Amino acid sequence: MALKGLDIFKLTPKTNCKDCGNPTCMAFAMKVAQGAVELDKCPHLSDEAKAQLGDATAPPMKKFEVGKGEDKFTLGGETVLFRHDKTFVSKNLYAVSLCEDSIDKKLPDVRKVDYDRLGERMYVEFLNVIDKGDADKFVETVKKAAAEGRGIILETSNADAAAKALAVAGDRVILNGANASNYEEFAKIAGESAALGVSGQSLDELYDTVAALEKLGSKNLILDVTGGTIKETFSNAVQVRRAALKDNDRTFGYPSVVNLHKLAAGDTRMQTALASVFTLKYGSIIIMSEMEYAQALPLYGLRQNIYTDPQKPMKVEPGVYPLNGADENSVCVTTVDFALTYFVVSGELERSGVPLNLLISDAGGYSVLTAWAAGKLSAGSIAKFIKEFDIEGKIKSRTLVIPGKVAVLKGEIEEKLSGWTVVVAPNEAVELVKFFREFKV
Amino acid sequence: MPFKPVQQKFNAKINTLSIGTGEKTVTLGGESVFPFYSFDAPIENRPSVGVEISDLGIDEALPGVAEFYKGCASLPELAKRASEMPGADFLAISLDGAHPDNGDRSVEDTAALVKEIAAAVDAPIVIEGCRNVEKDSKLFEKIAEALDGRNVLFLSAREENYKSVSAAAAMAYSQKIGAESAVDINLAKQLNVLISQMGVKTESVAMNLGSAAAGYGFEYVATTFDRVKSAALAQNDNMLQMPIVTPVASEVWTVKESIVSEADFPDWGPAEERGISMEIATAAACLTAGSNAVILRHPDSVAAVSKLIAELV
Repeated sequence: MALKGLDIFKLTPKTNCKDCGNPTCMAFAMKVAQGAVELDKCPHLSDEAKAQLGDATAPPMKKFEVGKGEDKFTLGGETVLFRHDKTFVSKNLYAVSLCEDSIDKKLPDVRKVDYDRLGERMYVEFLNVIDKGDADKFVETVKKAAAEGRGIILETSNADAAAKALAVAGDRVILNGANASNYEEFAKIAGESAALGVSGQSLDELYDTVAALEKLGSKNLILDVTGGTIKETFSNAVQVRRAALKDNDRTFGYPSVVNLHKLAAGDTRMQTALASVFTLKYGSIIIMSEMEYAQALPLYGLRQNIYTDPQKPMKVEPGVYPLNGADENSVCVTTVDFALTYFVVSGELERSGVPLNLLISDAGGYSVLTAWAAGKLSAGSIAKFIKEFDIEGKIKSRTLVIPGKVAVLKGEIEEKLSGWTVVVAPNEAVELVKFFREFKV
Repeated sequence: MPFKPVQQKFNAKINTLSIGTGEKTVTLGGESVFPFYSFDAPIENRPSVGVEISDLGIDEALPGVAEFYKGCASLPELAKRASEMPGADFLAISLDGAHPDNGDRSVEDTAALVKEIAAAVDAPIVIEGCRNVEKDSKLFEKIAEALDGRNVLFLSAREENYKSVSAAAAMAYSQKIGAESAVDINLAKQLNVLISQMGVKTESVAMNLGSAAAGYGFEYVATTFDRVKSAALAQNDNMLQMPIVTPVASEVWTVKESIVSEADFPDWGPAEERGISMEIATAAACLTAGSNAVILRHPDSVAAVSKLIAELV
């Protein structure tokens, strides 16, 4: 349970020295209680107080990085079970599982899926290399996988193989193989250089092993919640996360990994369904047998949606988006930069099959009516966009179609943009296909 | 020291609602836990899967769909085949051909057609309107009469037509109705209140809270479902305890990922597989967020999603 401000205040020096940047110790205590300020901002806390408070004010779920610098992956750090309570912070990452027999076949397919969606790179972040029992072959496979510029997960519970593979796996590595019988050795092998994946026959065993690893000083742990069945795995994933965030049991306050390659081997569609389930409910790393475009398109789209901060709308870059082979003579259509509006509108426009230039102006990431009400979408903002992006130099058409919901802007836009004809589209996106199929300039 | 799980069983329940008659009756809802949280308490009725056909026929451009319905010469035959689809619990009929912009088939003709279809199947039936509120009111009234005694679910009653749909379908013929709102917990609750004020029993009402394909604003869907289930279970809000029925097919088979051709996007692979994958991923997400039933179109999606449900419950 999080401490109240008063409880923290009692342990401060109560000198109001302002060294922490706050006017009083009370103000500092209140901020710590909200999680707004770190405890160590106060230089005068006694060690005893720190030990007492450090534990209570620590976040419920550890957040750490795999790797360093720009390429690092961030895992964990969630504070809520439902995104509407605040936001989810560390998006789930995807891995494709492979071994010495399948690596050559799988790598070209893995490389193929690599695209941009709303400014986010969509690709397979990790390769999960399975140890089939031959340490030399395992190490060779890890070497090959490490050359791909992705994170590496080592799936082995053999200490020898783990140590050798770790030496060649690069610096973004998860050693997934600690269990009740080998954890001491594995804690040593992983050391500071790799995150350590832990599994157990049951949640009890997992719990005890994590507690034992914490005693040994292991910090960056990942809970492998993959169970014998799909049902058990879902139960594990939810219970682990719920224990940490709702019931404040920090032993389970770590990111999780779910291995669908084990749970639904050979069933691509079941893996798609499960990846979707675990994107919503608490998988931090999801291991798949493969990742083809058919799977990637919905799964990465879903992930991007779920990990959107509810307080910050997703935005599209302002600019000209030619659709259906539009050229400089094609009619211009405009809407706002709110991602959802953009996707719905551009989808319907594409369905119409009519070549159109979709002009997206900066409307603060709001929907049409909200942007209009907030003054972010106006005749002025549209005219400014047309000038700034030199639309008149790039496009010859002088017809601009505006959203039906801001029909009132028509006259004012025509006043500001001489030579342009403004046409009002229907109110709803679903009516756009019919509208444009029948549209005559 | 063993792990001490804290169970989260609520003293509130999702309403049960059944559709259809006889052996094939489908019952939705009844659980007192979050979706698939069977570790907290048993789930009374597993979520259901419906298969959707249009009154204009099926999409033969999709090889898998065409293959499944091969040899069906009429809508009733098509419906019968659909109702026997492995994994499908009920049949959903979408009345696209009655929409004013899409053929505008008359109310009488449509009702007669639906009656013919219904006579060919013994599975529970969900009637999805043509998505024009005025026409739907008239259609539902006639169809409620034509399918008297079949315990049909009508999707949907909306803010604009809930009065006539409630009066005709739910009250006059004791059919079930779905209250449709656009991905917003407040609108959903308001509509449920209005419908209950008409005198419709809450046990006759399901909710269609709206949907979106994965990647197309699904965060609103997930969050609305999460909040509705939380209100229903944790706060015992009886105006949000209706089971959720989600038409997924109509959302997923129109997005770019499902329709652009392989010729235009060679890396993406065959369009049909992309559509199936979109349908499966979206349905799985809806179920995880709270749908008590999903409505799908492709036989492969129906098979995969019903298998997922069987594994999770």
